[in-house]
Amino acid sequence: MAETKVAPKTIRVEVKRQATPETAAFVEKFEFPYRSGMNITSLLGEIAMAPVTTEGKQTTAVTYDSNCLEEICGSCAMLITGKARMACSALVDKLMAETKDGVISLAPLTKFPVVRDLAVDRSVLFENLKKVQAWVPIDGSYDLGPGPRQFPQIQEERYPLSNCISCTICMEVCPQFNEATGFVGAATIAQAKLFNMDPAGAVLKEERLRALAGDGGIQECGFAQNCVQACPKQLPLTEAISDMGRDVFVQQVKDFFAR
Amino acid sequence: MAAVPKIIVVGGGLAGLSSVIKIAEAGGKVDLFSIVPVKRSHSVCAQGGINAAKNLKGEGDDVFKHFDDTIYGGDFLANQTPVKNMTAQGPAIIDLLDRMGVPFNRTPEGLLDFRRFGGTLYHRTAFAGATTGQQLLYALDEQVRRFESEGKVQKYEGWEFLSAVLDEAGVCRGICAMDLRTMEVKTFHADAIIICTGGNGAIFGKSTNSVVCTGSAASALYQQGAYYSNGEFIQVHPTAIPGEDKLRLMSESARGEGGRVWVPRKKGDPRPAKTISEADRFYFLEEWYPKYGNLVPRDIATRAIHRIVYQEDLGIDGQPMVYLDVSHIDRETLEKKIEGILEIYEKFVGDDPHEVPMKIFPGVHYTMGGLWVDFNQMTNIPGVFAAGESDYSIHGANRLGANSLLSCIYGGFVAGPQAMLYAKNLPAQKGDGGAAKEEVRQREFNNILLQNEGTENPFKLWRELGDTMTRHATIIRYNAGLREADEKIVDLLARYRNINLSDKSAWANTSFAFARQLYNMLQLARVIVQGAEKRDESRGAHYKPDFTERNDEKFLKTTMGSYDPIADAPVITYEEVDTQWITPRPRRYDASA
Ligand SMILES: Cc1cc2nc3c(=O)[nH]c(=O)nc-3n(C[C@H](O)[C@H](O)[C@H](O)COP(=O)(O)OP(=O)(O)OC[C@H]3O[C@@H](n4cnc5c(N)ncnc54)[C@H](O)[C@@H]3O)c2cc1C
Ligand code: SF4
Ligand code: FES
Repeated sequence: MAETKVAPKTIRVEVKRQATPETAAFVEKFEFPYRSGMNITSLLGEIAMAPVTTEGKQTTAVTYDSNCLEEICGSCAMLITGKARMACSALVDKLMAETKDGVISLAPLTKFPVVRDLAVDRSVLFENLKKVQAWVPIDGSYDLGPGPRQFPQIQEERYPLSNCISCTICMEVCPQFNEATGFVGAATIAQAKLFNMDPAGAVLKEERLRALAGDGGIQECGFAQNCVQACPKQLPLTEAISDMGRDVFVQQVKDFFAR
Repeated sequence: MAAVPKIIVVGGGLAGLSSVIKIAEAGGKVDLFSIVPVKRSHSVCAQGGINAAKNLKGEGDDVFKHFDDTIYGGDFLANQTPVKNMTAQGPAIIDLLDRMGVPFNRTPEGLLDFRRFGGTLYHRTAFAGATTGQQLLYALDEQVRRFESEGKVQKYEGWEFLSAVLDEAGVCRGICAMDLRTMEVKTFHADAIIICTGGNGAIFGKSTNSVVCTGSAASALYQQGAYYSNGEFIQVHPTAIPGEDKLRLMSESARGEGGRVWVPRKKGDPRPAKTISEADRFYFLEEWYPKYGNLVPRDIATRAIHRIVYQEDLGIDGQPMVYLDVSHIDRETLEKKIEGILEIYEKFVGDDPHEVPMKIFPGVHYTMGGLWVDFNQMTNIPGVFAAGESDYSIHGANRLGANSLLSCIYGGFVAGPQAMLYAKNLPAQKGDGGAAKEEVRQREFNNILLQNEGTENPFKLWRELGDTMTRHATIIRYNAGLREADEKIVDLLARYRNINLSDKSAWANTSFAFARQLYNMLQLARVIVQGAEKRDESRGAHYKPDFTERNDEKFLKTTMGSYDPIADAPVITYEEVDTQWITPRPRRYDASA
């Protein structure tokens, strides 16, 4: 394809690296001939093919998580030019325009333990999903006939919540998500709402609400609204949190009088 | 045999999770191994939908028609009995998924909505927006998480299956696996194992598949004595978005909802697509195949696009690309039904498909071949079962759209209970069942690989493999090219012995893990090209210009690839196909069909 005159000659990247969870982090710089239409995962692939820094030092391929390369598996969240986003859908051309000096910086998410380089351990989200029993407790997987009828409106409300890819970006950007609060984070709350809205999943509604009451629960939310802006899948997170906040409150009152 | 059978499931896509659910429900204990957290498995990529003949559109659809479409679509190469069983179970599987809370699209009356997919005349495809695979995988993942919290399932995420543990009689007694963080190699005991590790798109370099779809696990088992069948049948999807790191799929549902494929009639027409009048557009699929139009099966659409670009020289701007156009469809319909896939295009290409036609080209997409299994999903190695894209059953020479998700769940639902049954009747193992020996074998391989002081970069070798395979073993195949490809792979295997890992550390070393997979990819690639070379006919996805007809007399047979350890090469033999239900007939989708 014809290259425009303004096209830069090289792509410059700075990668924050860390060999093991215990060792200190450091930064390595890389430079590659410019090609249009690249994304961050293809750039990391280039490094793997020729792991040499700008200074000419032989180094190793960068460790990072990826799988689908189309922003649906949730693997590749990292800090790209300081912002938490998905590496596979982050386009190099756009990023170079975004930064002042044209240098793209990559770093691991900060709220999760680093495994190596850009890979972090985000299993906390999967544990949180257990706490709120984010599933429909079906009787069994044998043939019990069709499920309950559902109007399209219910599907239209549930579907956006069911698009969460467990990337944990909403947790990364949340000021309340830290060790001090033990906050479960927006994604888990949204999933609790998803299952409370399912006609059969609602059987566990009260238990889910109780799981979200108290320390680390929904009350920790400070309404910073960072989550809803950063979520790559545009989940209606603030709406989910306020709906669930109300339901949790009602449940607490009910439980108080039932005691 | 222990009171409670212990089963290992390898792979947490739809097939793996389905197996796990059946085993946990039946009271077995399951260890579930997966390279990626199971929720991030490749199955999330499926967009279009899942087939089942529910006949909710008053079209007179039924499970037999679904059965017939699948067999016919697969050009009669699939064994018919499992396909018959799968299509019969289709409606119950959809009902179950619905009960699990999958947000399937609905009709105003609150029933499941269905769309049309390729290779059928019926609305048979249930869908959840444009992310059906994601929604199905999550539903199964949630059920498995529930079993996990009840202590019935133990997950090993971030572990890679390396090989099966086989005892002296060749019976499977467990697996050997590697922790992808500590790089520790360990064996795990099991009474039976189920391999659900998906397809092998990575052998072709760029494909629509996810990163971990290397076929490495299936190849390891092939090298341990399992048959790998119909390897030469690789589906190339007609509509993928060319990209730097992968070919992103543009789902068939774009055509199912009315998308039209065209090129300008005039070679190299420089005008923007929107300004080209109807008369100047060549809707070649509609003209060539008036009955099915844009919804002809994938192999046919793929070859048509290939012909337009390379023979008729009508690619857009002379590039290997054609238009896939949904810009004539009203926004509301698009938003309701296929917004997700249009977003992918906009996100990765930067153009808005509501306004301008998309530019697409075929890309390697699906592995019809795989581990040979009997009708109970067991391979020829006792105790090793397989299901999903990693097995060869169901799809024959060509898979119909939206049949894979169904086949994964069906396969898992058979493999799980069958593995339990097998395990209950299994005589106790002698000694360690071969575990120590296998662990030593794998450790030695690792040590050699890590210490090798060669000069070859594994990622570069991989790129060369992908280029060769894409050139010689995809849409159009010639025997000379296939032989050239095999020689190239042998050469790559020789160069592999001269590999040098830039990273020799023993912590989360991804290039090391990749290098291991690459070896298995190379071995499996030979099964693909040799199977293709020997099959002198055209059938389904396998097309040879020198042999354009299907030859039932010689090749209505399953290709059986087995590994000869002495020659370090595949041996290709053939097995009869089960055609007891539907008599093979010519497969034609053009006007006269
Ligand atoms: C873009 C795209 C769209 C598609 N759309 C549709 C559609 O609309 N309808 C349809 O029916 N089909 C569709 N398909 C096909 C379908 O998605 C796949 O065939 C199906 O999801 C495969 O599922 P699976 O369970 O066999 O394996 P996968 O989902 O691929 O899962 C494989 C699992 O195995 C694990 N694994 C692999 N190797 C190892 C190892 N060595 N050790 C441990 N674990 C391992 C992985 O971690 C993963 O958990 C589509 C495919 C693609 C690429
Ligand atoms: S809610 Fe959004 S940001 Fe949070 S995990 Fe899900 S997809 Fe990611
Ligand atoms: S690799 Fe799957 S979301 Fe980026």
